[in-house]
Amino acid sequence: MVRSGTLILNVAARFLLPLQLLFSLFLLLRGHDEPGGGFIAGLVAAGAFALYLFAFGLGALRAMIKVSPRDLVGLGLLFALGSTLPAWWGGEPFFTSQWWTVPIIGFKASTPLIFDIGVYLVVLGSVLTAITALMTTDRDPDA
Amino acid sequence: MEPLMAVSIGVLFACAIYMMLRRSIVKLVIGLMLLSNAANLLIFSTAGMERGRPPLVPEGMAAPAGSVADPLPQALVLTAIVIAFGVLSFSVVLLRRAWEVVRADDLDKMKDTDT
Amino acid sequence: MMQLAVLSGFVLAAFAPLLYRWLGSRTTVFLALYPAAIVVWLLAQWPSVVGGEPVLLEMAWVPGMDITLTFLIDGLSLLFALLIAGIGAFVLLYAGGYLHGHRDLPRFLVILIAFMVSMLGLVLADNLVTLFVFWELTSITSYLLIGFNHTDLSARKAALQGLFVTVAGGLALLAGLVMLGSAGGSWSLVELTTRGEALREHPLYTPMLICLLLGAFTKSAQFPFHFWLPNAMAAPTPVSAYLHSATMVKAGIYLMARLQPSLGGTEAWVTILSLVGAMTMFTGAFLAVRHTNVKKLLAYSTVMALGTLTMLLGIGTQGALVAFVVFLLAHSLYKGALFMVAGILDHETGTKDVTAMGGLRTLMPVTTAVALVAALSLAGLPPLLGFIGKELMFESVLHASHFTLLLLLLAFAAAFLTIAVAAIVALRPFFGEQRQTPHVAHEPPAAMLLGPAVLAALSLLLGLMPGGLDGLVQAIVVGIGAPEANVHLALWHGINLPLLMSLAALVLGWLIFRRWDRLRARLAYLDPVIARGPEAGYDAIMVALVRIAEWQTRALQNGYLRNYLAVTLLVLVGLVGHAFFFRHTPQFDVSISVYLHEAVVAGLMIAGAVTACLMKSRLAAVAAVGVMGFSIALTFVLFSAPDLAITQLLVETLTVILLVLVLFRLPRFANLSAPSERLRDLVVASAFGVMVTLLMLAVLGGERLPRISDYMVENSQPLGHGHNIVNVILVDFRALDTLGEIFVLALAAIGVYAMLRFHAAEGTGRLPTRPRSSDDGE
Repeated sequence: MVRSGTLILNVAARFLLPLQLLFSLFLLLRGHDEPGGGFIAGLVAAGAFALYLFAFGLGALRAMIKVSPRDLVGLGLLFALGSTLPAWWGGEPFFTSQWWTVPIIGFKASTPLIFDIGVYLVVLGSVLTAITALMTTDRDPDA
Repeated sequence: MEPLMAVSIGVLFACAIYMMLRRSIVKLVIGLMLLSNAANLLIFSTAGMERGRPPLVPEGMAAPAGSVADPLPQALVLTAIVIAFGVLSFSVVLLRRAWEVVRADDLDKMKDTDT
Repeated sequence: MMQLAVLSGFVLAAFAPLLYRWLGSRTTVFLALYPAAIVVWLLAQWPSVVGGEPVLLEMAWVPGMDITLTFLIDGLSLLFALLIAGIGAFVLLYAGGYLHGHRDLPRFLVILIAFMVSMLGLVLADNLVTLFVFWELTSITSYLLIGFNHTDLSARKAALQGLFVTVAGGLALLAGLVMLGSAGGSWSLVELTTRGEALREHPLYTPMLICLLLGAFTKSAQFPFHFWLPNAMAAPTPVSAYLHSATMVKAGIYLMARLQPSLGGTEAWVTILSLVGAMTMFTGAFLAVRHTNVKKLLAYSTVMALGTLTMLLGIGTQGALVAFVVFLLAHSLYKGALFMVAGILDHETGTKDVTAMGGLRTLMPVTTAVALVAALSLAGLPPLLGFIGKELMFESVLHASHFTLLLLLLAFAAAFLTIAVAAIVALRPFFGEQRQTPHVAHEPPAAMLLGPAVLAALSLLLGLMPGGLDGLVQAIVVGIGAPEANVHLALWHGINLPLLMSLAALVLGWLIFRRWDRLRARLAYLDPVIARGPEAGYDAIMVALVRIAEWQTRALQNGYLRNYLAVTLLVLVGLVGHAFFFRHTPQFDVSISVYLHEAVVAGLMIAGAVTACLMKSRLAAVAAVGVMGFSIALTFVLFSAPDLAITQLLVETLTVILLVLVLFRLPRFANLSAPSERLRDLVVASAFGVMVTLLMLAVLGGERLPRISDYMVENSQPLGHGHNIVNVILVDFRALDTLGEIFVLALAAIGVYAMLRFHAAEGTGRLPTRPRSSDDGE
């Protein structure tokens, strides 16, 4: 029912994907200060991959992202859980946020950011899992 | 604006419930979508609606000057929107599997555990 | 840190199967080192505890809710913990022999050790909540142990019965503990001990007492809940020896003793405890002599002993409390030993029926000696510890303030019946002419004999030299409510009334033993009466429960989704409506200020939703829902929620993709319901919609409470280092919520994947036996 797309879609998807992914990373990183954040960025990235999926099909998508979307979900949960732990080192209660500044570029790294990356990965992975799973059975009902 | 929203949300809920009471499984899906939107909107607007004052702290300041829209319900609704999507995809797939197994569009015919 | 050392037993339990793989039959010896180490540690606390200085090991668990892992080691918990760990070590060794080579021995060890740790936690915990947690753990582990032979229907039934009775009691106990904690203003047992007067005056005293006693009575098999204990004999004998004599059934006794200083001494306490205890004592002793199964005989005599202990707590004088402690210790020692002997008999002869055995003394002389010593203590004959306990018991019953004559009669009857039971258990199998048994009996392995031998020897040793116990008994008695005590235990008190009663009981008991076979035939006439006992009540309740479940399932769980929905919603509307119009007078806020474009957006929203309901085609309905979704996104834009607007737009887009992939593989819309049904649904839906609208208007018209988010608005930048307050809430202030939410998302994804993955057996509803790799997603 969903066939690999037309020429316009193909070209658009090929050029838009990197832009959309960059944009999603941008949204993720600026999310603490301006509208954005892990949920939104994850949805943007998922939308980007979905476009690519419609244009080139499941095989191409799998070849490109290499990892299974479910692994992204797991990885995201690990990130989110991992971000709760550094506070224990400092003897503070579980989940207390920790902040560090990366010296040269003045970038503020923090456990909330790690947590947000986890959210990003879980959202991306969940949406992609649902969509790829549906595509799989669409194309090949017996698979 | 809030009283108008109260009426709109009431209509949304009524539509959602009406669709969920249908026997056709596709209508159930539509009802679910309406329901989650109505609930999100309810949480958002009950907290009070502010025009043009987003909960952002201006650059270089420690706190926003004057009152801003309540950020807490926004945070709640934000996750709720995404989770509603997750649950929708789950229920949609569930219904599709049920359809494939039972081959009946009628919820009344899905009341037994045997297929 | 000792708490962690004790609780690490749970870890040890988890590793038992692995250890078994490495060590084989030596596992039990290795595992027994754990309770042995605890015994050594407990003995190190002895001098301090006996010196009148309870040891309090403090440790926080959930500080926010006043729940601690603090251990309290005073006389009472020291005695219990010593019994649990000491007998536990022997039972582990014994189980190694009894279940030697059994397929499920590793599983057995896991549960047994977990039970042991739970029991230790129960008697050592100072906190009411912690105590309750361990209490329930013992119920669950004992359920697993009773049902160990899970292929046996009667074992499963007995296990479930024990679980139901003790867990129902546990529920009452929880209510009682909560009342106790809130009435006493503390969750610490040490604290509560000092607040006895306030507690006894408290208006909640009676309900509190009833709930707590229900918990204790069910656990300790008091009449009329005694029936589960003999049935629990379906468990392997090491379990019976451990749980149903020395430890778990004494948890209720422990609790009552623990509460004696806080709640004891009132009219209600004395009446309930002494009457229920005496009734249980007599019932146990009477029902015991009807049986020929050696485990049942012993089980009913355990019921007798538990009743005696409860009665002594009810009498509550200093003498009664001393008798309580001595009787408790004596019973644990001889009953542990006798049950292990019963297991030896079963193991070696292949039968549990004492009438089928005889003359075993030549084949197993050591076992005979052990059985004789332990049975003498059970019968309460000198020079054993059981004798001292029984004499003290008679003495304190003679001086009871309430129901003296009744208690005395019942105690005397129980005493001579118990002597008969002791004679049956110790003489019938070992003496008389030799009989053919399924197996040819011989002495069991040393691991099985060690436990009963040591316990029997202790019964004898402590009987001969009771002075060694003076300090501990005194510490306990003072700890559980006697004002001050000067305890001197002695074997010989001169010729007095208790001694004469004992002599009379001995004669009567011996007569019963001689005429036991004829007596049993007579007692058989009573079977129909006994069959109508409390157990019949339990069975009736279970049958009724199933009936009610069936009825309500048919009535409510009828499989029609819309019925569930309609019932739920109408109940909700009814409750809210009732509160609206009868409980409060709501203030509706209908003052409105709307710009035209806002009204247009709201109108689009309504139009989208209504159109979605009216459309005849799926595509049109989905498009209408889309219109509604985008209007909602616009609302978010107009009313200061940029993050929400973006999220809503993205989700709308992805929803379209999802629906394209799924919805159009689903059937077309169909009109399946009659117009009247539609009208009915419309009424339900409208009622709910109106309720929501009114509710929201009432909330808006009500008093505005201070926003909890003010804190977040003010501290987002200073504490959270972020300018987007919504995001700071999501990833910092309320990050734990978000963590939960992404787990939900992950679960939904896994659910979707799992459902579509098991697609292969299309149409048959079967799952494929082996997952395929073709759609693995890699």
